[in-house]
Amino acid sequence: MPLPYYVSPEQIMKDKAEYARKGISRGKAIVAIEYRDGVLLVAENPSTLLHKISEIYDRIAFAGVGKYNEFENLRVAGVRHADVKGYSYSRGDVSAKALANAYSQALGNIFTQDIKPFEVEVLVVEVSDVNGSKNEIYHILYDGTIEDEKNYAAMGGQSDEIRRYLKDNYQEGLDFAAALTLGVRALMVTQNKALTERDLEVAVLDRSKERRKFRRIPPEVLHQLLSNLK
Amino acid sequence: MLESHWQHAFFDYSSSSFADLLRQSSPHLLPGHREQPTPDGAEPLAIPHGTTVLALRYRDGVIMAGDRQASEGYQVAHRRIEKIFKSDDLSGIGIAGAAGPAMEMARLFQTELEHYEKVEGENLSLEGKANRLGQMIRMNLPMAMQGLVVVPIFAGFDERAGVGRLFKYDVTGGRYEETDYFAQGSGGKDARDSLKKRFRRDMSRDDALRVAIEALIDAADEDLGTGGPDLLRGILPSVKIITRSGFSDAPDEEVRRYCEAVMNDRERL
Repeated sequence: MPLPYYVSPEQIMKDKAEYARKGISRGKAIVAIEYRDGVLLVAENPSTLLHKISEIYDRIAFAGVGKYNEFENLRVAGVRHADVKGYSYSRGDVSAKALANAYSQALGNIFTQDIKPFEVEVLVVEVSDVNGSKNEIYHILYDGTIEDEKNYAAMGGQSDEIRRYLKDNYQEGLDFAAALTLGVRALMVTQNKALTERDLEVAVLDRSKERRKFRRIPPEVLHQLLSNLK
Repeated sequence: MLESHWQHAFFDYSSSSFADLLRQSSPHLLPGHREQPTPDGAEPLAIPHGTTVLALRYRDGVIMAGDRQASEGYQVAHRRIEKIFKSDDLSGIGIAGAAGPAMEMARLFQTELEHYEKVEGENLSLEGKANRLGQMIRMNLPMAMQGLVVVPIFAGFDERAGVGRLFKYDVTGGRYEETDYFAQGSGGKDARDSLKKRFRRDMSRDDALRVAIEALIDAADEDLGTGGPDLLRGILPSVKIITRSGFSDAPDEEVRRYCEAVMNDRERL
């Protein structure tokens, strides 16, 4: 029997990380921006049927970049986690923090144990209650690394440049239109064409809404909003 | 093995059902689940029962209404219980029977619909919702045999057909669609008798509200378990309106006005 070649664990991890990063950087980017009434999520996504941004629970949204089937699996797992928890305790007990931790555990396990790591990054966003608590934005990477971000977050292809743009241009207390402008401009930093409503998927966690805060901005409305910007 | 493992995704229909998820992950949370069976011949427990709920069709959709009393034998258990629940934006469930299990079922049903909507990215059809509720009532059958009967009515706006529709159920989960109106619970028969005389096809919203409230007052008149409007304490029947544009409460002032109007008419008799 031939002996398998020895590969150092360090090398294995490095190869896996490189593989995952390559897959993610090929994908299109997503940004999340806090604004006055909640959190705005903007994704570059030419499909109107296959979503990258979705509702998880009353105040929690999910966004994923990378391989569709992989982040879709994570999304459904998140909905299940949230619904079971909310049903067995109460709706108010479902938190983005617990969910982000679960994602971090899952991605970490997959990264170390499976041959092929998930080529995804996800954002878990929770909009605050009216009573002054803070919005929460968690960014979870392909290897289970978890970061909490403030004011804005970006992930996907060329996200470093997008993040830099957001850092230079973000201000606190933006209204919805200003946040949308910022988000769309940030996504345009890495390309040489203008993005229209056909290239974008936009949703908000709107604090002023009753119970379920998640709301998609339909293409017609988006068209209107974007034409006002010009 | 009949199928190889990639085929699994095609046969797993339950992935968008919350009740099926609970059955796998936490079966103790499902209605009808009992750790220990009650011994044969044991007296049924005295527990609160919800009494009268009704639904009727009108021009723009359906109206659901219920009294606010829960009864425990000949005693009043609660005066302000809510029996009509929003199950999603376009449908509602009215509970009659053992109040505890019925409310639990309503909550499970709400979660089921929301879960489906989130996982699949679209709403279940009204027909699908009605069938799903029937399956949940069937799950409760072992408890129904012990006296904890739950028989809701379900009504909603069918977006595909563009009309309001309503469904009644029996304890085995049998689902029957009613074309005009239905009432369930201890005062259900009296409310149905009243609706039978007053109901007209394609009534306006105002007429339909009055007919619904009158039926509840008739039920409270005849049935011990059903609570009438209590204007002194400000306890009014709950009335919900479901149309194309969603599920809404009939405003309290309006309900109070119709209650007073019906009772004033009676006074003169």
